[in-house]
Amino acid sequence: MIPQPAPVSPILGKLSLDALPLHEPIVVATFCGVAIGGIGLVAALTYFKLWGYLWKNWFTSVDHKKIGIMYMILGLVMFLRGFADALMMRLQQALAFNGSEGYLNAHHFDQVFTAHGVIMIFFVAMPFVTGLMNYIVPLQIGARDVSFPFLNNFSFWMTTGGAVLVMASLFVGEFAQTGWLAYPPLSGILYSPGVGVDYYLWALQVAGVGTTLSGINLIVTILKLRAPGMSLMKMPVFTWTSLCTNVLIVASFPVLTAALALLGLDRYAHTNFFTNDFGGSAMMYVNLIWIWGHPEVYILILPLFGVFSEVTSTFSGKKLFGYSSMVYATIVITILSYLVWLHHFFTMGSGASVNSFFGITTMVISIPTGAKIFNWLFTMYRGRIRFELPMMWTIAFMLTFAIGGMTGVMLAIPPADFVLHNSLFLIAHFHNVIIGGVLFGLFAAINFWWPKAFGFKLNEFWGKVSFWCWVPGFWLAFLPLYIMGLMGVTRRMRVFDDPSLQIFFVVAALGAALIAAGIGAMLVQFAVSIWKREELKDVTGDPWGGRTLEWATSSPPPEYNFAFTPVIHDLDAWYDMKSRGCERPLTGFKDIHMPSNTGAGVILAGISTLIGFALIWHIWWLVGVSFVALIGGAIFHTFNYNRDFDIPAETVAETEAARTRQLAGA
Amino acid sequence: MPRPRPLSARLRALLTLPAFALLCGCDMVVLNPAGDVARQQGDLVIVSTLLMLLIIVPVMALVVLFAWRYRESNKEATYSPDWDHSTSLELVIWSAPLLIIICLGAITWVSTHLLDPYRPLSRTGPNQPVAANVKPLEVQVVALDWKWLFIYPEQGIATVNEMAAPVGRPIRFRISASSVMNSFYIPALAGQIYAMPAMETPMNAVFDKTGVFQGLSANYSGHGFSKMRFKAHSLDQAGFDAWVAEAKKAGGNLDRAGYLQLERPSEGEPVRRFAGVEAGLFDRVVNMCVQQGKMCMHQMMMLDAQGGTGKAGLHNVHHSEDKTSATGTHMHGGKSFVGELCADQQDVAVGAKPQTARPVKQATLTGAGLKQPSAKPTPIAPSVASETRPRPFS
Amino acid sequence: MSTTTIPAADEPVRFYDFDEHPHPEGYSTMLGFWIYLMSDCLIFAILFACYAVLGGNFAGGPGPKDLFDLPLVALNTAMLLFSSITYGFAMLGMAKGNKTQVLIWLAITLVFGGCFLGIELYEFSELIHEGAGPWRSAFLSSFFTLVGTHGLHVTFGSIWLITLMVQVSRFGLTAANQRRLACLSLFWHFLDVIWIGVFTFVYLMGMLR
Repeated sequence: MIPQPAPVSPILGKLSLDALPLHEPIVVATFCGVAIGGIGLVAALTYFKLWGYLWKNWFTSVDHKKIGIMYMILGLVMFLRGFADALMMRLQQALAFNGSEGYLNAHHFDQVFTAHGVIMIFFVAMPFVTGLMNYIVPLQIGARDVSFPFLNNFSFWMTTGGAVLVMASLFVGEFAQTGWLAYPPLSGILYSPGVGVDYYLWALQVAGVGTTLSGINLIVTILKLRAPGMSLMKMPVFTWTSLCTNVLIVASFPVLTAALALLGLDRYAHTNFFTNDFGGSAMMYVNLIWIWGHPEVYILILPLFGVFSEVTSTFSGKKLFGYSSMVYATIVITILSYLVWLHHFFTMGSGASVNSFFGITTMVISIPTGAKIFNWLFTMYRGRIRFELPMMWTIAFMLTFAIGGMTGVMLAIPPADFVLHNSLFLIAHFHNVIIGGVLFGLFAAINFWWPKAFGFKLNEFWGKVSFWCWVPGFWLAFLPLYIMGLMGVTRRMRVFDDPSLQIFFVVAALGAALIAAGIGAMLVQFAVSIWKREELKDVTGDPWGGRTLEWATSSPPPEYNFAFTPVIHDLDAWYDMKSRGCERPLTGFKDIHMPSNTGAGVILAGISTLIGFALIWHIWWLVGVSFVALIGGAIFHTFNYNRDFDIPAETVAETEAARTRQLAGA
Repeated sequence: MPRPRPLSARLRALLTLPAFALLCGCDMVVLNPAGDVARQQGDLVIVSTLLMLLIIVPVMALVVLFAWRYRESNKEATYSPDWDHSTSLELVIWSAPLLIIICLGAITWVSTHLLDPYRPLSRTGPNQPVAANVKPLEVQVVALDWKWLFIYPEQGIATVNEMAAPVGRPIRFRISASSVMNSFYIPALAGQIYAMPAMETPMNAVFDKTGVFQGLSANYSGHGFSKMRFKAHSLDQAGFDAWVAEAKKAGGNLDRAGYLQLERPSEGEPVRRFAGVEAGLFDRVVNMCVQQGKMCMHQMMMLDAQGGTGKAGLHNVHHSEDKTSATGTHMHGGKSFVGELCADQQDVAVGAKPQTARPVKQATLTGAGLKQPSAKPTPIAPSVASETRPRPFS
Repeated sequence: MSTTTIPAADEPVRFYDFDEHPHPEGYSTMLGFWIYLMSDCLIFAILFACYAVLGGNFAGGPGPKDLFDLPLVALNTAMLLFSSITYGFAMLGMAKGNKTQVLIWLAITLVFGGCFLGIELYEFSELIHEGAGPWRSAFLSSFFTLVGTHGLHVTFGSIWLITLMVQVSRFGLTAANQRRLACLSLFWHFLDVIWIGVFTFVYLMGMLR
């Protein structure tokens, strides 16, 4: 049953024609679809001569706004892949009853659930969140760009490189069949001799470099580049939550890097960190991975807490209630998130006192989180609430997340966790907080800031269709899972023998179908809005009656964000400027110093991805060659001392004059 | 220590079950189990839910209320755009969750200790203390790829993918695994605990109803994982005796060689019974030395605690070409392991119970910089052993 | 964010800064590099933690006392500590604006760094030759990984140092090069600090066990 290691050729390593999953009709059909779509896309780009434009204006761009948008596109593409995996799982589990094996074999099903988890966390939620922070934070603090613009571009392409490796595993070889955290000994070379776990390891290592560097970049940006007058306690809440998130990134991703590196050494160099024999301890890995893993969930949710704060305050037409307690709550969550990791494995058999300690610290986190919910609630209190799409998503979040938080605290009680751990109740819980918190928040953010990024609003009708598919769809998909969890049904099962469960899985599958309709409606919403962008046009730059600095500039903002650096006097800076009758300056523009675009990021990240691929397939000569190329390329890049240019004052004056005309026309 | 049946149990009966039953008309085994431990765990689920609903329900109601009342079109509602602070309100919104968490925290601390799977049972049901002379039924559980092995040392039998226990008698599971991590879970009985190679995790439980219940692995362990299911029979004493007799009748003896055959990966194994089991087999499984000539973990740890075996130990690594075996360490194309040094030292406590209580893999927790355990493990009496066994990360 | 201009009471509130103050080049670099070092420090923290947990698991094989050659390690430590001092002299040279002095001291630093790496490689090869490679036990796995990761850092530091020597000699002590020298200085001293941890925790305490 344990597969034999494939022969290794000196030229292609483990790679051979057998690596192509030609025996899996589903994969072959998917490949054909992707190939046709890909060829079509390449042909279209070539026909319309867009390659040069894309390369010059996007791929090599160091503009934080463009990089932010590219992150969002990456997240969206990967989201479709991750969701396709979810649909496949729902279908399999709805079918595999009464002796039926369903339509997926174990080798395929186990890859599907692993890939779903990995993609949704690392290549959907992370790019979305990073993209959002990249786009919004510099605007909110009145900066021209991030502190290290080249690094920003490089980080993006490293993240993309990781995503490319995960996608490659679909068609060349296989992905890990270990669950999304790849616990050893199962993920060790002895029990997973194939390339699946190697794809997992290198995809996450390549992407992890990008994430860590972008974390460092944004921390420094927030600490060093704030507009004059913006003290820490005058920072918008979204910037605050972004700061905390990036602190979490920098203080937790190295742990992931180290843990995965040790697992990699076990697989490549036959070390014994997590093996059964020779003194290894798999429990080490479980601890390490969750020391990263728990802060990770706060990395995902904290920026969205910031989004909800901005949205609630804007659409209630009110100052945020309890700004400072909001900030302190965020900081408390940041710190506490490092003290709870063991609650992911109470059932590993720690002592009762250890388990209680981690259970109680977990519950304590619900106090600042609860305070945040109350703060949003009292921001709505005595407001004038406009139920635009961002606000609708926020209300849906508050109602959904409250339940998710409650089930989370239930799981934090060790004896209750002994019956609920690894059950579908757990699955329902974390989807409840990730979909209800992170995704709903992202949808609120996309609807909120789309007009800023593109200069036109999103179509409201299709947005509402999407909303009304998503929210009931979510409950339809996950309420059955909560119930089945209480019936003792556990996760990652491919077949079932209790026929009475089938109806629950069928209902859950219907819920997933409804969510699919919601995603479809959202894509239609984007398409319709782009189609009718003239009707939806916003020339003011401030379509919602915004309160923070990003609404002070035009939509989309010029390359340099602000012609003059704003001076901040109050927390809601733009609201303050509006209410005190601040006039937009029309003359006196100066040259603006900006970073130049560079292709180094794409090239270096491309080489890194190639190293990853070569390592996965044990193509050692390619590892060597590309590694030398990487070092050489990096050194070569350091010889370029001219990385900036000046936007002449005349160009600035022209851009600003165009905006003046536009505003007058409105 | 018998505890009065908690209020929550009655609440559960009154409130929740009918509500849930109406909702789905299904068997919520977690809330309505067949074991005293699982029953208390289920009660905790209910109690904590109710406690949290105290705050969740008002919050959700207020969200809806405020959203409706302060909608833009309602011009009658007060609008105070600059109101953003109220110390007394802040006090309430921080202290209300705090109070709930203090209550929950207290419940957590107490219940985690009382329902610790390592803790020998003090009761088999409300007001049913365990008498001092009652000896728990020992069941040794091994998670194999992908089936369960149950060894009954008292009865001298073993079964695959089926377990049984007399209702009302405390059961003491000793759980381990052959190759990868699993989780031993009978939802109706007492929650779950991980089954890990080279580790032993105990679980104390008792059935309080007869019946047939589902048992499974709750932690993904590879391709055959979905079919790693077994039936757990809760029987009356006569039924249990008959079940044991049936196994005795089946004949066959599970020895080390037989175990090594059994542990090879297979899926959807039918129920199998063995009339006899080689003495000390489970301890060899836990110590990873069922294979001939392989050093047992406890001996290795004892040597390590004494500073290792010096450079001579470098040569004590053996290779086997058996690529299909589930155990061993993959190295240089074959499987490697550390050889045993001395057969009589090596023999794991055959027939000597106290020694089996020796810590397994203690050294993982006591590296450089931490205090070393004493080199020679002192034999400990069996009854004490169950409580004093060092645990991972305790 | 450097200065907040508080307008006098009768002056109108200023909402824009009409002067362009571009941040000086490398304005954020030292902070960014420092944060990077802390993240790197965390990786070492994990490796130290692994050694703490697994360092006693000899798997029935040899322990530190049987394997470590303390005089050799002491020599090695001396090499790295000297390299830190000589790097310090290079930085003093930079402060004086003396390019030649910087280059000479950097070269000496490189020699010390190379010696350190050479001795470490010799130690590793001896161990592996004896059969005490990283596969033999969890103790050796964590030992090789911790010490090896440090060695890898020194290797990259040396490559960086060579690059900087070329850049300083070609372009002089420009602001950009000074900033880079300062970053490498942080990196180099950081590796020194890590090595003191390794030396104490792995080698000295290993011999005491």
